[in-house]
This record gives sequence, C-alpha cells and structure tokens, in this order.
Amino acid sequence: MFAYITRRLIQGVVVLLAVSFICFIIFIYSGDPVISLAGRYATLQEREEVRKAFGLDKPFYVQYVRFIANAAQGNFGKSYVSRVPALGLIMERFPATAELAVSAIFLAFTIGVGLGVLVSLKPYAFRNRLIMTGSLVNISMPTFLTGILLIMIFAVYLRILPPFGRGETVDLGFWRTGFLTLSGIQHLLLPAFTLGMYQLAVLLRLTRAGMREVLTEEYIKTAWSKGLPPRKVIFKHALRNVMIPVVTMTGLQFGELIAFSIVTETIFQWPGMGNLLLTSIYEGDQPVIVTYIMLAALIILSLNIIVDILYAFLNPKIRYE
Amino acid sequence: MNRRFFKSKIVHDYFHDPSAIVGSFLLVIFIIGTAFAPWIAPQNPYDLEKVSLEHFLTPPIWMEEGQAPFLLGTDDQGRGIFSTILYGCRTSLIVGFGVVLIAGTFGVTMGLLAGYYGGTFDSVTMRLADIFFSFSTTLMAFLMLGLFKQRGVLIVILAICIADWVRYARTMRGSVLQVKEEAYILAGKATGAGDFRLLIRHLLPNAIPPIFVVMAVDLAVVIMLEATLSFLGVGVPLTEPSLGMMISIGKDYIYAGMWWLVVFPGAALFFLVIGINLFADWLREELNPKIERRE
Repeated sequence: MFAYITRRLIQGVVVLLAVSFICFIIFIYSGDPVISLAGRYATLQEREEVRKAFGLDKPFYVQYVRFIANAAQGNFGKSYVSRVPALGLIMERFPATAELAVSAIFLAFTIGVGLGVLVSLKPYAFRNRLIMTGSLVNISMPTFLTGILLIMIFAVYLRILPPFGRGETVDLGFWRTGFLTLSGIQHLLLPAFTLGMYQLAVLLRLTRAGMREVLTEEYIKTAWSKGLPPRKVIFKHALRNVMIPVVTMTGLQFGELIAFSIVTETIFQWPGMGNLLLTSIYEGDQPVIVTYIMLAALIILSLNIIVDILYAFLNPKIRYE
Repeated sequence: MNRRFFKSKIVHDYFHDPSAIVGSFLLVIFIIGTAFAPWIAPQNPYDLEKVSLEHFLTPPIWMEEGQAPFLLGTDDQGRGIFSTILYGCRTSLIVGFGVVLIAGTFGVTMGLLAGYYGGTFDSVTMRLADIFFSFSTTLMAFLMLGLFKQRGVLIVILAICIADWVRYARTMRGSVLQVKEEAYILAGKATGAGDFRLLIRHLLPNAIPPIFVVMAVDLAVVIMLEATLSFLGVGVPLTEPSLGMMISIGKDYIYAGMWWLVVFPGAALFFLVIGINLFADWLREELNPKIERRE
C-alpha cells in the first residue's frame, strides 16, 4: 500500500510538470505579452524595459526553470493587468467558488441519489418514467442555458430571487462566507442549482442503473426472504454496494465541476475563480491563467489519488502492489 | 439480405420504441434543415449586404411589431433569428460529427491496440487516459482555447478532441479484452492468422458495438460543449454562426423582456441534443444484453 501511494504521488508530480510545460509552450507561442503590457503605442525602449521587468528577455528554458522553482514556493508571478501576485488574486476568490461547488455537490448528491433509488424500485411506474424523462431533459440542457432560463423565470418574471452577485458576506478573517446571511443564501440558490443540475442527472442515472443490477442479486433475495424491513434491504444491503461507483464518479467528475463552475460564475457574475479566469482570458493575462491551470491540476490530481486510496479501503477485493 | 434486414430484431425494436423514432426524427429534421439552410432560410444572416440594422430587435412575426421575413424576430444586428439558427445548427453538427469522427478513430485505434497487446503500451495509454478523463473534456478544451489565441471551427474541433478520444479508447479496450478470450479468436490464432488480420477482421468488428453508443452520447455532449465554448467567447469566431453565441448576445436583452433572442436558439439546441440523446438511450438498451426490456 505504501509503495502504491508513493508511486501515485510521483506520477502526480510528473503530470504537474507536464501540465506546466504544455502551458508554458502555448504561453510562449501565443503572442507577445509585452505589446499588451506596455500598450500599443509604447516606444521600442519602453517595450524593452517592460520585457526586462517581467523577465521576458531570458531564453525559454531559463524562464521555465525559474517558473518551476518559483511555483514550488507558491510564487506564480504577477498578473499583467493588476500587477499583484497571481496566486493571491486567485486565492482571494477561492471561498466564493468553494461555497458554490460544495452547495452544488450537496444538492446533486442528495436529490440525485434519492431519486435514483426511488426510480430503481419500480422502473416502469408512471411517476418514475416521468422522473427519468425529466433527467433526460436535464442531461440535454447545457449548463449555461439552464442558468439563463432560471434567471428569466425567477429573477426577470417572478422577481423572487436575485439574478447575479453573491449578496452580503461575512468576513471570518481567513474566509469570506455567504452562508450566514439571508441575502447570501438567496444569491446562492440559483447558481448552486444551475451547477448541480448536470451532476444531479448523472448521479440519478448511475444510481438507478446500479440499483437495478444489484436488486437482482442473490443476496438481496436472501435479505428479502429473511423478512428484513424494506428500508434495511434497500439502504443497507443494496445501496451500499451501489455507492462505491457513485462516490468514485463524484470524485472523478471534479474536473467537469470546475469547468462548469466557470460557466455558472460567468452567468451569475459570481465573484469566484472561474469568473476571474474568464476575465483573464479576455485580457490575455497569462500568469493568472497559468496559475489557475496549475491550481486546478493540483486539486484534481490530489482528489484522484484520494479517491483511489479510498477505493482500496472500501473494496477489499482490490490489492495495490 | 434485404428482407432479412427488415425482419431483424433491431429494426423490429426500432419501430416499437417511440423514443427511438422521435429521437431520430428530430435528428433527421435538423440535418435536412441545416443541409438545405441556404434554400430554407429567408435571409443569409452572414451576408452583410442582406442584413440591415434598421430591422434590429424585431419581435417574432405573430407579435404586434413583427415583420414579414423575420419568422422568429431579429437580433441586435438585424439578423433573422430563424435564419441564424439554421446556420448555427450547421456549425453545431459540423463540430459534433467532426469530433466524433476524429476522436472516435483515434480512440478506437488506441483502445484496440492497448487491449490487444497489453503490457507497457497498455498501461501508459490507460494512465494517460485516466489523467485526461479526470481533467474532463470540457475543462481541457476550455483551457486550450483560452491559452490559444487563434479562433476557428477546426481549432474548436481539435481542442475538444484532445481529451475526448479517451471515452472511445476506454470503451474499446474493455470490449477488446472481453472479445479477445472468445474461442474464434483463439482459433484464428491457432490457424496462424497474423496480428493485423486478427485485429482488423476479427477483433474490430466484434468489439465495436459498444462504440456506437459512445458515439451517439458523445455527439450530444460535443454539441453542447461547442455551444458552451462559443457562449463563453472562446469557441468559433464571431464571423461564424453559432447557437452558443446567439444565446450569449441574447442574454443581455432578457431584462428588457426580449425573450426571443434566447428562447429560440436555446430551444433549437435543446431539441437537437434531446433528439440525439433519445436515440442514444434506445441504442444503449438495444445493445446491452444484460437489461431485459419490458414494455
């Protein structure tokens, strides 16, 4: 087990290096940042000064090695636009994104798994066919469209929920939270639902498929014939075995969640990391983009390793050598 | 041959499943509509001579201020919504089928080789696939396009393909691993068939059915992804029609009550995707021997 974890960690570092290298190559060949930094009408001399100030005059490998060395210490360079450290800029936005993502996963998980179990018990009942049709509608609706339609219904026509922003927040010193005020919760509802919708349908379908297979197994028949109450058979015996792939999927879909948080934050003008990333892409602010990618890669890879290790604990059949 | 085909189980099941019929009907309507867009559309929205600003933000024809050629109203540039939708769906379908073709071919090849040969090639390919999968097609395509300054339909297709081939490679590999152990493959080996012949003549045709389901699901996913990328402004360039971009323009007008700029392109996107998904659902149940069908 120890050897396995070590190997996964080394692999993780290799992948991070590869990601940083790819980012860098595209970064270098995607146009000269000096022009956007110094302004279109800067003289040649002014451009040279800017080039020196940001270390852009050094050869490619020097820039790359220096970037890696600095990154290891949490220094990802300064934003071209606001001229403050890129990492700080992103971390400032982290709480907003984390609260949105956690609320979305919570909604998706409780509703998705709950409905999935309900549907699997009587797959051909009218009510459950209706739920499955709903999930098909849901899966066929891209996140950005869901978000805009929700804004149209709840903010423009019904006027009961705010269409954008994060509302009032409370500063806890290290964390700015929106969970503690009414306006914060009101502002959270639409974006969290939008972001959770996609995963909700995926989890519903996964739970339903898993339950349908497990419910035909011999040990479930045994459990029924022992006279156990339905609640125990369904939740303790059946759902438990279905949960392994469902939890794994939730962990592995994190990349998707990050991607869709960019979309959701843009629509609702949610002041999070995804919103910042999109602005940085429009402004060509490469240090912020590269920092975001490295951070996303770090989160996704760590989560993958954690899921793999958890998997080994949950399923004793798997032995990692 | 022909009569056998029409009496086969798959054709019988198809005509007895309403969702398959509705799904493929929708898809066919969209394909015909976009293929003949220049003849169906009342206006070419990307021909600057035909578009004039004086018709901007006209409501749909049945509303009070609706005007004759603009069936579903116009956008802020005076482009007819109906015409732009037809041309936009064309981009959606080109990107969708382009990705399915390129990523599918590459992924199936990789999966076939990884499953058949095993060993180092297999573990390296699958490790790579795991990484791409956890980053997700959406995030990879978005970041690639974000870093890359050029814009174009082909660039969008390639950016999506970077991580999308993984779906095909994984499914194909799993399928090959199952088929590999079948008696007829062993028999082929025993009679001295070469690797190439085994791969192309025996493994490929027998291992490929699950790929059809992946293709159908992927087509829907890619069409939504293209719309999302264009909505965010990193997809196709402004000079190309796209449903995502139409909705992006329209979202600024919803507060003014001009719902048609968002609702019609959104509905077109939705019906295109749900048509494909309905068909994919049917295909999945049809090709999965594990699930018993009950109607």
